[in-house]
Order: sequence, then C-alpha cells, then structure tokens
Amino acid sequence: MSRPRLLNRDEASSGPTLDRELLVRIHDVMVKARVLEERLIQMYKQGHGFFWIGGPGEEAFNVPLGLLMKKGQGLDYDYLHAHYRQSATLLALGEEPIGAMRQMKNTASDPYSGGRNFAGHFSKKEWNIAPVSSPIEVQYSIAPGTAMAQKRHGGDGITIVTGGDAGTAEGDFATCLVWSSRPANPLPILIIVTNNKWGISTSADGQHGETNVADRGRAFNIRSKTINGNDPIESYNELKEAMEYVRKERKPFLLEARVSRLYGHSSASGANFVGNEMDCLKEFEAKLEKEGVLTRQQMDELRNRYTEDMAASARLVREEPLPAPETIWNHIFAEKK
Amino acid sequence: MANMAQAVRMALHYAEEHLGVMDIFGEDVGMPLGGVFTATQSLKTAWNSPLDERGIIGTAIGLAMAGQRPVAEIQFADYIYNTIDLLKIAGNTLWSTNGDWNLPMVVKTPVGSGIRGSIYHSHSFDATATHIPGWKIVMPSNPLDAYGLMISACQDLNPVMYLEPKALLRVKGEERIPGEPDDDRQLSKMIDAPLGDRSAWKPQWPALEAYAVPIGKGKVVREGTQVTVVSYGRTLPLCAKAADTLREEGVSVEVIDLRTLWPYDWDLLKSSIEKTGRVLYVNEDTEVTNFGEHLVRRTVEELFYKLLAPPRLLAGKFVPGIGLADTLEMASVPQQADVTQSIRSLAAEEP
Repeated sequence: MSRPRLLNRDEASSGPTLDRELLVRIHDVMVKARVLEERLIQMYKQGHGFFWIGGPGEEAFNVPLGLLMKKGQGLDYDYLHAHYRQSATLLALGEEPIGAMRQMKNTASDPYSGGRNFAGHFSKKEWNIAPVSSPIEVQYSIAPGTAMAQKRHGGDGITIVTGGDAGTAEGDFATCLVWSSRPANPLPILIIVTNNKWGISTSADGQHGETNVADRGRAFNIRSKTINGNDPIESYNELKEAMEYVRKERKPFLLEARVSRLYGHSSASGANFVGNEMDCLKEFEAKLEKEGVLTRQQMDELRNRYTEDMAASARLVREEPLPAPETIWNHIFAEKK
Repeated sequence: MANMAQAVRMALHYAEEHLGVMDIFGEDVGMPLGGVFTATQSLKTAWNSPLDERGIIGTAIGLAMAGQRPVAEIQFADYIYNTIDLLKIAGNTLWSTNGDWNLPMVVKTPVGSGIRGSIYHSHSFDATATHIPGWKIVMPSNPLDAYGLMISACQDLNPVMYLEPKALLRVKGEERIPGEPDDDRQLSKMIDAPLGDRSAWKPQWPALEAYAVPIGKGKVVREGTQVTVVSYGRTLPLCAKAADTLREEGVSVEVIDLRTLWPYDWDLLKSSIEKTGRVLYVNEDTEVTNFGEHLVRRTVEELFYKLLAPPRLLAGKFVPGIGLADTLEMASVPQQADVTQSIRSLAAEEP
C-alpha cells in the first residue's frame, strides 16, 4: 500500500484533502450503504417489503455527515432531523445495516418502528435521531425546537436538519429560515438541502426560480453555500467548516449539496437504476485507485463481502416474525412508571 | 374569584415555577399584550413567536423532543387547521417509534363562539381534535378546572390539547383557586398588567398551591335521576342552569362536565345513564361528525337496553361558519333556551 497522498492536489475547487485512513473509512461506509440500499430494493422486488425509498446516490454527502456528527443522547450532542434518503448517515454513525432490513420487512424486531413505518424512516432517541416523517419537509418546522433547547443549554451540541430540494417549496422550509434567524434568538442549526434536482417525477428546472437553493439564506442573513455533494472530500471539508461555525457561533448555516438520485424517487417510480446520473461511488473509487489509496481488487473484495453479509442478514430477517396484532394498542400514550 | 384567563395564567406561573415549563409561546403571547385574552400576561417564560402556526407547533414538537415542556398557543383554534399534519405527527410519534419518543407538550387554543367573532374566531375544534389519536384533549368550563387541568397538562408525558372556551375566559369562578387571595380586586391588582406602558410593571404572584384535575376524569355538577346531560366548555354552564330551572318544574337532571374529551370518563357517563335511562349530549361544534355522535353511538351499542328514550345530541348547525350578526350567531350554536327545551323534551319522552 502506498503512503497517504494528496488526492486532489490539482483540483483547486475541492479544497484540502483528507488523510488516508479517513478516505478508506468514508469509502467503506459508502460501499456498505450502497450495498444496503441495493439489498433493500431487491427485498422489495422479491416481495419482502411493501415500499422502498432510500438514498443511493447521496452517500458522498451522507457518510461525511454521519462521521462528523457528535453522537449521543441529549442536549450536549447533535440532533439529526433527517429525511428518508439517509441510511448512509446512520451507517456512518455506527448503525448496523440489519435494522434497515428489518424495517423493510416490517418485523417486530424493526429497531426504528417495530414494523409500523416505511423503509428509511429511521428513529433513535439514544442518538438524538428524530423520527423521519413521510410528509416532506415537516422536519424543517420541528428542528428549531431542538436547536432552541440547545441554545439555552449551552455547550457545542447543534441541530442538523436535512431535506430535499423539491420540498423547499413547502412553507416549512421558510419556517426554518425565519425561526432560525430571529434576531431575538438565532439558533445553532445546520440547515441542509440535498438537491438532486427532482421531486418525484418533476424536474427542478420547471419549479425553481432561484439559482441556488442556498441563495435563500441570504435574505435572512444566514451564512450559506452550495457544494458538490457528489464529492466526499468536498462534502467532508465543507460540512466540517459549516458545523464548526454553527457549534462555535451558535448561529444557523444553510448548506445546499448537489447530489444524484440513482434509483429514482422510490419503489413508486420503479426503483430502477438511472444511467444518466453521476455515480459518486464510482467517481470516488476511480480517484482512490488512481491515487493508490485502494486497489480495484480491494474495493471489489469489500463490496463482495458486504453483499454476502447483507444477503445473510436478509435471509435471517425473512424468518423473523411480524408484530403481534394486539400490539397496535401499545405506545399510544406514554405512562409514568 | 379569579376568571378563567387569570386561572390559566396562574396555572402557567405555577408550571414555570414548579413543573419545568420554560417556553410559553405563540403569536402575541409575550408582553406587551400577554395574549389576546391575557391568559399568558407577564409570565416570565412567555415569548412572542413569528406569525407562523406551523412554526409554533413544529417548534413545540422539537422542544418536547429535546426534553423540554413547551406550552404553545394558537391564537384562535380557527388558525390551527393549517397545522393538522404536524398535530398528527405529534400524536403518532410515540406510536410510530414503537415507544421511543414521547412528546410532553401542551397546545392551548381558544375555541367556540361567544365573543361575536364571526367566521374566523368562533370555530370549535373538539371533533377534529378527538379525531387525532395520541393526543389528550381537555376543555375546562370554570376557572378552578382551568387551573387544575393546565397543571395536569403540564405534568403529562404526552401531547395535550388544551381547549379554552373563549366565551368563559372572562367569567369568574365560584370556587377559589388554592392560594388566590379572597378579594378579586386585590388579585387583579397583583397579576393584571395596567393599561398603557407596561415596561416597568411586574406581577406579584400569589402563593399558589398544587392542584391538579386528573386528565380523564369528569365531574357531576348537578345530581339528578331522570335525565343525564353531558357537556363541556361553553355549553356546560347552560346545562347547569337548565337543570336548576327544570328542577323547579319537577324534572331531575344530572349534569356531567366531561372536562377531558380524550380519554373520557366513560365509567361516569355509563353509571349516570344506567340510572336515568335518558341522555343528552350538548356541545357547539358542528353537528355532522360531531364528537357527541361518537358518544351517542357508544351509548346505543353498550347501553341500549337501559335506555328509556333515544340518546340525543344538541350541537351547532352544520353551516360553514358563524355569521357576525347577533341573530346569526345565536341561531348557529346552542343557546340557553335550546338547551333547556331539549332537556325538557327528552325528559317527557316516553317509550
């Protein structure tokens, strides 16, 4: 193995590079996330799930996000109000892929909803992962609440909220900009829009008058930036900078990441591979190989290993029971114990 | 005695001091106004939010997720409709996460007619609120219950919708709130902000005591043997007055204040209806798909053979709004004469 090298020394726009260990780690989780999503699509197509929605194509952004988060429970740690394309973020935080499969198969063992919610609808209080909602963009209205509590609490914990570009048409996105930047109480919140230029089957070109979604931050004096979310190195560095700003200044930051959508919107649009989108994993692997960080053989072996692991997990999940019908009455109200 | 707006304010003060409430917010909730009905006046944690109902409900959810105990206000229930999906999320979050995230939040909002509020300040919300599972729904009809229910709401682990009958917000109670001074004028001097410049004014809170009306418990406000009348909010005092009038006519009416719409006190209703054999449900929400219809259905299904007459519902007319003219409002929602006549007629009905 060659020694760590500057990956993008001749690509000025990409900023500083990362050390080898981190590059290998990012690649590892990106592959793991891609293989998981492809397994989930396969499960859906084999009839082992009712609906698939996920984020293949967003790994280059979502993995660095998960790696940079301050993971834990409570106000001292980061809150994530995610959307349903972020399995890669969860895996980067250390989540096991089998949980997503259990949710796909809606087994009683589904760690996020006990068989009650769709695939990709993560929730984990232990790590401040707020429940993912199917109505898009509502998380933008909810996130100021956790940020407000963190501002009052002090420390460097921040709130991170993510959503798609199409949903920025919803009033909830405006709510987030307004509530985060109130002069009475600006909030430590990283507002992220992953822009894949699609809203189900509707192209962004026909809907967005603004040049960049991030430009909307200017009207609220919110620091903002548009980045190439298909480049994990740029994503890592830009996220790091934005997060450091929010942590330290206790003010909002709007980050727009341009990403791809490799399997369409969801199973509702067929969940078939889309050939004309840039594949961030493929691009990254070409760079890693060119720079001698990893060989093609190493990367193929990694993908094969994950593929086998997840096939085994899927077989295991297939045999697990569904929730018992009488459990519909559980957890309607929390009780004092 | 305190009025309901003062009672709510005192309960929220108690909640700030003893129950960990750190955010009481909404449109004009903080000073200088202190709420359009003054129910949040001079509270130390009350603050003015943007004019954004979705932001108010969303932020309350977020605060509750972060372990806070927010009390959010929607200025009039008429304006809560554009937050329905967020209310649905607040109600289903515990369930959809299989018990992982509970949301200890209170949403308060004035409901119903009585202030000549026209089409957009007279709406009821009981049918819609009780249609969203995962919420507890309370609605006081007097200041003491308003105090006790707010304290319970601020102690609950779940989302609680606190419906304030706006027609009763200025009505004084018949029972003293534990800790309030004997003299009404003295209370007003202590806690009501003066007109004009309020910037230097500070309230002097009485030494309030813990008093909680348990969520889920109704109350018999008039005992009787011939007819059961179940109501809440603005129409409850009308039912109590009707019972007093009819007693003089020789009709014995039992009046129950439901106080909590969900989960409601079925045991109390059931034992009363089994005793009287006749029941009238009274509220002022529009009559089609009314919460009282659910109570009628349950009464028929469970108590049919105990009944001496069909259960009845007296509710608001199914019209798109309440018109501003006095005659239009009076014709749209139950008034005293409607209530008294409905009870009289039910009492006289024979199989």
